[in-house]
Amino acid sequence: MTRSDWTPDQPILEIENLSISFFTRLREIPAVMDFSCTVLPGEAMGLVGESGCGKSTVALAVMRYLGKNGRITGGSIRFKGRDLTQMSDDELRRIRGSEIAMIYQEPMASLNPAMRIGAQLAEVPMIHRGMAKAEAWALARQIVADVRLPDPDRILQAYPHQLSGGQQQRIVIAMALMSKPALLILDEPTTALDVTVEAGIVDLVKELAEKYGTSMLFISHNLGLVMEVCDRLTVMYSGEAVETGSVAEVFDRMRHPYTQALFRSIPLPGADKNSRPLVAIPGNFPLPHERPKGCNFGPRCDYFAEGRCNAGDIAMAEVGPRHESRCLRVNEIDWSAPPVAKATQGKAEIGEVVLRMEDLRKYYEVTGGGVFGGGPAKVVKANETLSFEARAGETLAIVGESGCGKSTFAKVLMGLETATSGKIMLYDRDIQNTPIEKRNTDTVSGVQMVFQNPFDTLNPSMTVGRQIIRALEIFGQGASDEDRRERMLQLLDLVKLPRAFADRMPRQLSGGQKQRVGIARAFAGGAKVVVADEPVSALDVSVQAAVTDLLMDIQRENGTTLLFISHDLSIVRYLSDRVMVMYLGHVVELGTTDQVFQPPYHPYTEALLSAVPIADTHVQKKRIVLEGDIPSAMNPPPGCPFQTRCRWKSQVPGGLCEREVPPVRHLAGGHQIKCHLSDEALTTMEPVIKIAAE
Amino acid sequence: MAKFLFRRLFTMIATALCLTFIVFYLTNLPPNLEKIAKSEAGSRISDAEVESWLQKNGYAQPLLGRYGEWLGVLPGWTATAADGKVTGRCIARGADPAAAPRFCGVLQGNWGWSNVFKEPVSQIIATRLSLTGWLMLSVMALMVPVALLIGVLAGMREGSKLDRTLSTFSIATTATPEYVSGVLFITIFASSMTGLKWFKGSATSAMDDITFENFFLPVLTIALYGIGYIARMTRASMTEVMTAQYIRTALLKGVSFRQVVLRHALRNALIAPFTVIMLQFPWLLNGVVIVETLFNYKGFGWTLVQAAGNNDIDLLLGCSVVAVAVVLITQLISDIGYAWLNPRIRLS
Ligand SMILES: Nc1ncnc2c1ncn2[C@@H]1O[C@H](COP(=O)(O)OP(=O)(O)OP(=O)(O)O)[C@@H](O)[C@H]1O
Ligand code: SF4
Ligand code: SF4
Ligand SMILES: [Mg+2]
Repeated sequence: MTRSDWTPDQPILEIENLSISFFTRLREIPAVMDFSCTVLPGEAMGLVGESGCGKSTVALAVMRYLGKNGRITGGSIRFKGRDLTQMSDDELRRIRGSEIAMIYQEPMASLNPAMRIGAQLAEVPMIHRGMAKAEAWALARQIVADVRLPDPDRILQAYPHQLSGGQQQRIVIAMALMSKPALLILDEPTTALDVTVEAGIVDLVKELAEKYGTSMLFISHNLGLVMEVCDRLTVMYSGEAVETGSVAEVFDRMRHPYTQALFRSIPLPGADKNSRPLVAIPGNFPLPHERPKGCNFGPRCDYFAEGRCNAGDIAMAEVGPRHESRCLRVNEIDWSAPPVAKATQGKAEIGEVVLRMEDLRKYYEVTGGGVFGGGPAKVVKANETLSFEARAGETLAIVGESGCGKSTFAKVLMGLETATSGKIMLYDRDIQNTPIEKRNTDTVSGVQMVFQNPFDTLNPSMTVGRQIIRALEIFGQGASDEDRRERMLQLLDLVKLPRAFADRMPRQLSGGQKQRVGIARAFAGGAKVVVADEPVSALDVSVQAAVTDLLMDIQRENGTTLLFISHDLSIVRYLSDRVMVMYLGHVVELGTTDQVFQPPYHPYTEALLSAVPIADTHVQKKRIVLEGDIPSAMNPPPGCPFQTRCRWKSQVPGGLCEREVPPVRHLAGGHQIKCHLSDEALTTMEPVIKIAAE
Repeated sequence: MAKFLFRRLFTMIATALCLTFIVFYLTNLPPNLEKIAKSEAGSRISDAEVESWLQKNGYAQPLLGRYGEWLGVLPGWTATAADGKVTGRCIARGADPAAAPRFCGVLQGNWGWSNVFKEPVSQIIATRLSLTGWLMLSVMALMVPVALLIGVLAGMREGSKLDRTLSTFSIATTATPEYVSGVLFITIFASSMTGLKWFKGSATSAMDDITFENFFLPVLTIALYGIGYIARMTRASMTEVMTAQYIRTALLKGVSFRQVVLRHALRNALIAPFTVIMLQFPWLLNGVVIVETLFNYKGFGWTLVQAAGNNDIDLLLGCSVVAVAVVLITQLISDIGYAWLNPRIRLS
């Protein structure tokens, strides 16, 4: 079929000096410049970088699908020796889906909502191999079983909306594998999924790639994930590849300041926060049309040399075996020097109890679906008997996956919803039954929230300063307008934004800057308790560290109680004092950070810890992959909420797990676990994460 | 499904009752009644005589009662005149009062008597509606396929030359009302002015025998307006669908563009315009009024005009019942079809 003389020991994919631009009415946007990479047969190449650096553009260029305004302006993409950039539409169509297949970030959006799963799968061999319909469906059934979906026959007949996110992604993977492609492109395949589901998908992808000998181009912004999946990786920054090499080389012998900065900005379990503090990358990512002259990373680089780094274009240069870097000063930088440690500040004093919850429950009644409602009303138990205390100056992390009730809890605390039963005490006031409009300004300004998505929470038509002043007015702060303006400027100082930002509109800010404004607003009324609902998960890695640090600085200064809601255990471990793990509305484990991160674990915590990808080659992790998906809160299993996926269940005699909700067990040191496992079984648990000696 | 239908039927009946009551109320306003009395008993009668005529003919009862009689859920009125002669709603002229039924409303099939046509209303409606039925059927047969084709072709490649041409056409047709396009067609294709004379300018002969020659112009006139409208809806829906990620998935699976449009985009793109198409049905009744008058095709629309113009209460009520029924039934079909096209909606 190939006319060229490609043999299987040559690269599957060779991208050389690829440049891609988007042409808009205003200007040409060079999205990717001088990008090269090579993928050998059976190899998995990772592509890492922050949002907007051009990862997806490279992937879509390989597919030759750049939309109406995108164009390849230079370079070549050779697939099995044939240049894809020169191919006709017909030739491309024969390659797409049969030899190169793609898996996308949002599984729901990538499946046709009005077509049965089976039809969408069977289509692939029917087009490419002219297979008969019945045969194609049989193949689809087999592949669906291959991606470990239960009950393949039912799934083939289902429509996409009838499946969960994890199942949908498995279907997208199945679709890509229908014709056993030589190259698989995965564009952030797990970003939309929960960690434990992600772990399952990642396992599956690795196993299938091995089974079928498929090469992969794996795009991700998560270094830990890349380490787990890939053999080699390419780090991209602002449209360019800045470093490429094997995973071991790049992780342990990085030779580009950006790669180094990236690693220093993510929390790793191997290091504690004092000896290896997070170092945020200063400044912001340049927009494609505002790139500096010379090195793109120059303005943010610690090793920047005036007159050299900004003199002209810098080429990739060999720095080791199949290891290249785009930096002039590779040989001058002392790569083993430890990061300049910031003056370590002491922890804030932990004071008296500020917030106490007792047996808090929140049930929602939902009416059955359908066009006209009807059907029996169902009760969703979003929060079940939540009890805990939080003290002044303390950081309590609330961890769990989607649907576990984290956000409901935050809403009840904020007074956006009232509790079904139980008590919330702020200092000595009961606030569980007071909705927000009835709370006095003291309570309202005392409990504030920082939201996950800084993009939706700011009013787009009001200047930043104005929005903060509004918050001050609402909280009854300041005696006069001047007073409030002064306060506002101080708040900007507090969140480390230049005072000039007061006159900016939200759209002129980057994600991290918007999140800072959100934080400034939350602290406008001198909040005592701040609920931060995934405050950094919508932000880029390099910015996350800065925002996290900011939150902790403010906490230190003001003695604020921080309730930090997150699914990212690495960051939780880094910054919190105590951790509360939730699953399907239940608190399954509660303890100090050390207690929670070390055995004995609750079986769910154990799985969660194992699922979190860690970008450190020294860490050995026990692999625990949970079967199936998180049950729907509408329809929870009887007995222990975790029993459908628990690997320890068999250790509990008499099927107790399936019958009874386990009681809260109090272990030593105030550590609580909600599980039927006996003390003996608990002591046999091994640590999930081990750090190998260097 | 059965439950859904049942619930739906219930709301439909309730709506129909409300709507017919409103029409009943409007047609039975005092000035209208006075006009009836004058046209029946002589135009020069005094106010007192009007009063007593209304009294004798059962018009003086409370409105709700009369609505019930008309509907057939209350017994028809009877009155005994001074000479002992019994008259009543259900008693035909000259018939034996004792043999007359107690109820005689719409539910019993008694739709009343048309003052203008001097015929039972049910009969008029049956003949006129069937004439209009043919017209609507032909319009739908022309309008829907053409409109969908235009919409899909325009929407599948947004901004292409084809798209711009077809969109201009659709906008032009919706911007032209029927009375303008109808007159234009007649002058161009059916008058001696241009000498083309391809078609007939009047559809009167189509009432007995439909031919392409006598029927095409009225059909085209009604269809054209709808074509533009539906085509634009379809185009909007299609362009949106074509930017969806699953279209990208399909293209990158290696499906040809043609197949992507037919197999992946079409069904999704039809979900929104489907409702619009169904809503066109009752709206057609309205366009039909103009066109039937223009082409002198004595169908339902024409009848409606006559009834309204001559204060023919029973006929007007009858027409409104039919109109309400058409609207509600198309609504029902549209909901069921919508659920069928869109697997995310379930009827329960
Ligand atoms: N159709 C388009 N028109 C104009 N600019 C575009 C278009 N698509 C992408 N870009 C620009 O090209 C650059 C690279 O985008 P790309 O989507 O490849 O980034 P990415 O690395 O995949 O980011 P993410 O992690 O957010 O997916 C961005 O600056 C983006 O704004
Ligand atoms: S070239 Fe200069 S600015 Fe760029 S990464 Fe190297 S040292 Fe930093
Ligand atoms: S109670 Fe049983 S099912 Fe639940 S976590 Fe413990 S061992 Fe697992
Ligand atoms: Mg992307």
